[in-house]
Amino acid sequence: MQPKIGFREHAHTADWELEVWAPDLPALLEEAARGMYAISGVQLEPGVAQDRTITLQSADAESLLVRFLSELLWLEQDRQLAFDHFSIIMDDDYNLNAELRGSIIAKMDKEIKAVTYHNLAVQSSPDGLRVNIVFDV
Amino acid sequence: MVTLQDLKRISDYEWEIPQSFRPDMRVPVRLFATRRMLEDVMKDKSLDQAVNATTLPGLVGHVIVMPDMHQGYGFPIGGVAATRLPDGVISPGGIGYDINCGVRLLGSQIRFEAARPHLDDLATALNHYCPSGVGGGGAVHTTEAELIAVCRQGSRWALKQGFASEADLRRTEESGCVEGADPDKVSVRARQRGRPQLGSLGAGNHFIEIDLVEQVFDPQAAAIMGLEEGTLAVQIHCGSRGFGHQICTDYVEEFQAAVHRYGIHLVDRELVCAPLNSPEGQDYLAAMRCAANYAFANRQILAHNARKAFEQVLAGKVKDWHLHQVYDICHNMGKIETHVINGERMQVCVHRKGATRAFGPGAPELPEEYRPIGQPVLVPGSMGTASWVLVGTAASMELSFGSTCHGSGRLMSRHEAKRNVRGEKLRQDLESKGIHIRAGSMAGLAEEAPQAYKDVDQVVGAVVGGGIARKVARLHPLAVIKG
Repeated sequence: MQPKIGFREHAHTADWELEVWAPDLPALLEEAARGMYAISGVQLEPGVAQDRTITLQSADAESLLVRFLSELLWLEQDRQLAFDHFSIIMDDDYNLNAELRGSIIAKMDKEIKAVTYHNLAVQSSPDGLRVNIVFDV
Repeated sequence: MVTLQDLKRISDYEWEIPQSFRPDMRVPVRLFATRRMLEDVMKDKSLDQAVNATTLPGLVGHVIVMPDMHQGYGFPIGGVAATRLPDGVISPGGIGYDINCGVRLLGSQIRFEAARPHLDDLATALNHYCPSGVGGGGAVHTTEAELIAVCRQGSRWALKQGFASEADLRRTEESGCVEGADPDKVSVRARQRGRPQLGSLGAGNHFIEIDLVEQVFDPQAAAIMGLEEGTLAVQIHCGSRGFGHQICTDYVEEFQAAVHRYGIHLVDRELVCAPLNSPEGQDYLAAMRCAANYAFANRQILAHNARKAFEQVLAGKVKDWHLHQVYDICHNMGKIETHVINGERMQVCVHRKGATRAFGPGAPELPEEYRPIGQPVLVPGSMGTASWVLVGTAASMELSFGSTCHGSGRLMSRHEAKRNVRGEKLRQDLESKGIHIRAGSMAGLAEEAPQAYKDVDQVVGAVVGGGIARKVARLHPLAVIKG
């Protein structure tokens, strides 16, 4: 039986496609972040923890997902930061507040250029939510 | 989903998906490929993505796809689409995140036999002088004021800094500077990402390659370009780095709301767009041009450093170690051009995403020496296989908005390539063939294995057969530097 939360990579000719599933939207965002770090081969430097807060307001679940992951990409590529602890709160109007804890990136295998909206649709399933995200690499 | 049966044969090299295929298509799709290549084309979703692209408002002619096409996001890679001015749309996703990703070719008088003992040292020196790799910083750290100058001036900024010659600029598409760039339309984040990365190669499929000019097909054109059989050449493939990625990310996000404001219905949100004459469209054009100019300056600095590497290794060992510019081309750009469509001369915005401008002989945009032969087109192969130098034709102006292919085109997913190929084994295989490799990551090397790509000779055969380019020379790889 498939776990209630997870991600897996799908074949894509040029880019990366990640399928993510979770019981609700905050968990989906967190799992998508973990998946994005995993396919990039991000490893954290042990040592001093770094905390960040992200607040976002979006029109829908798909925009929120792209914007949240894009914020993480920005922190990864400009500040060399990645996160492994997430506390995500959001309301019905897609207002998000995410408390993140992580550290400086020790190693990263692959660079993601961007999170795309290509065929992006957060879909309900009997177990919660499911989405396929295409990353430009 | 498009199937082989949906394609109408126009010639041995040209096929059409008629507008009747789907009710929301505004124009047909034309693809350049041989019958044999279509089998591979059908393995991914590139043609479905091309059909989706035909739904954009203001399109004229056809949406064109080149034989190196493969599945992308929104538009397929290898796609060309033209929208009419003033009210057709511009779509950041139809240009791509790596704005003005492109290729520069440098030629030389260095004979292969004379350079052969020094190839390994050349690969090491290029790797040293040309920073590469995941998240890597560049050779030049710019201040905010310098970045703004790069945005406005492109290669002209590099010329003022001593990284370029007048001849380099003359032999660069747009002379290395697209007019109309406005740094005020670029976000603070993009500028922060751009400042430390100028003069860097990056990772992924970007590379610097030393080649042997193996065979010349058009001696007159090759002579004008300064390419001679048996001599070395250098290719540089990269783009606008994090600067361009952030600009595209910013505008794809901003345009999500713009499509609602302008009542544009999308079949895929990555196709977001805005009318060219809208404030949003004009802002994106101005920001995209900043990234285009950044990429021109980036390749110029890398060319300057490649020259330093050649001088360090070859000075005193060969007679003339100078690398002269053959041409620099863009393959991810939106450009305002004039074309004749259905007998009507009109200004259009040509979106090229993984496609090369290929203007024919006589085009006033070309430097004087290239007007008799047409625009040089640089088609890199995959690592370990040939690359091609072509020229644009008069027919390309009629058939493909003056465009042709940009490379060999991926066939295999990166995941599958890594599963089938071990990076270290690949490096050994290439070295045993006399190809010197410098790579930041063996996993990254495996993703770019030759077997992950289409046969570049077949791709070139299809565009030449289709009449949208002409062969000038074939290059054979001797050393590859990858991030």
